[in-house]
Amino acid sequence: MLNPEDFGKLARALGMTGDEELACDECFEQLERFVEMELDGLDAASAMPLVQDHLDKCGDCREEYQALLDALRAERGWTPVGVIWARMRRFFRRHQGG
Amino acid sequence: MKQRTNEEWLAELRGPERDRAIGDLRAVIVRGLKVTFGGRVRGLDETAEDLAQDALIRILDNLDSFRGESRFTTWAQRIAVRVAYTELRRRRWRDVSLQEVIERHEGGRQPDALGDRGSSPERETARKMMVETFQRFIAEELTERQREAMVAVMFEGMPLEEAARRMETNRNALYKLLHDARKKLKRRIEAEGLSAKEVLEALGEG
Repeated sequence: MLNPEDFGKLARALGMTGDEELACDECFEQLERFVEMELDGLDAASAMPLVQDHLDKCGDCREEYQALLDALRAERGWTPVGVIWARMRRFFRRHQGG
Repeated sequence: MKQRTNEEWLAELRGPERDRAIGDLRAVIVRGLKVTFGGRVRGLDETAEDLAQDALIRILDNLDSFRGESRFTTWAQRIAVRVAYTELRRRRWRDVSLQEVIERHEGGRQPDALGDRGSSPERETARKMMVETFQRFIAEELTERQREAMVAVMFEGMPLEEAARRMETNRNALYKLLHDARKKLKRRIEAEGLSAKEVLEALGEG
């Protein structure tokens, strides 16, 4: 028997499952372009939807993506407040059908 | 630090002046890793400098694979982050076997706790039936390997990379294996006249 938490995770994962998904290597290959678009203030998720889709589904890749984005923001002189604002903007853009 | 174009980075890292370029690249990587991991990496004995050294070796070995689609330092930091996380995950999970994770999951099942106390008896019955149906689909559609991967990664939160190591495969192949498992289950529930949306509704999340 699945426990309630597992069942919820599985149902949500099936709801998000597409016939075509990038696997980790393909996502990794495109990640540098994806994060640079983000840093330039462009909508990387819309431009590269399969990369965004993989990041939504793969915890390992998502963790690495976030660390890379934070590292590059720091390299470009962003302040911690700027980083938080950027994350919030991204969150709202993605949850408003954008 | 000297500003360089991608071509300058590559030329200097391969040329007679490479020591200076390597030193600069190491500094870039250390700074980047410190943003996420701090000076001394949480849960590890290594410092960001140690991880940067491992990453640097990987980067220098793979210079030929840089395709110039981003800044050189973006590409290099992408590799550094992966090297760091690979080590971090390996250390954090080193004492945990796949079998242990699966057994823990089996032991932690709470079928009777399904649902919340406030929901109606009808909804509870619907949920229970849905769970039983899913359980049957999993047993009928998935291979043993797919079931193990699903329990470890999806239910118990083991990193894909660590589950892959224990299953003698790699992260990319394991993602595909799980994707195939999800597709099989999705097709099966659709063939039975259900949809993921209806399942979520039965869970009260629709």
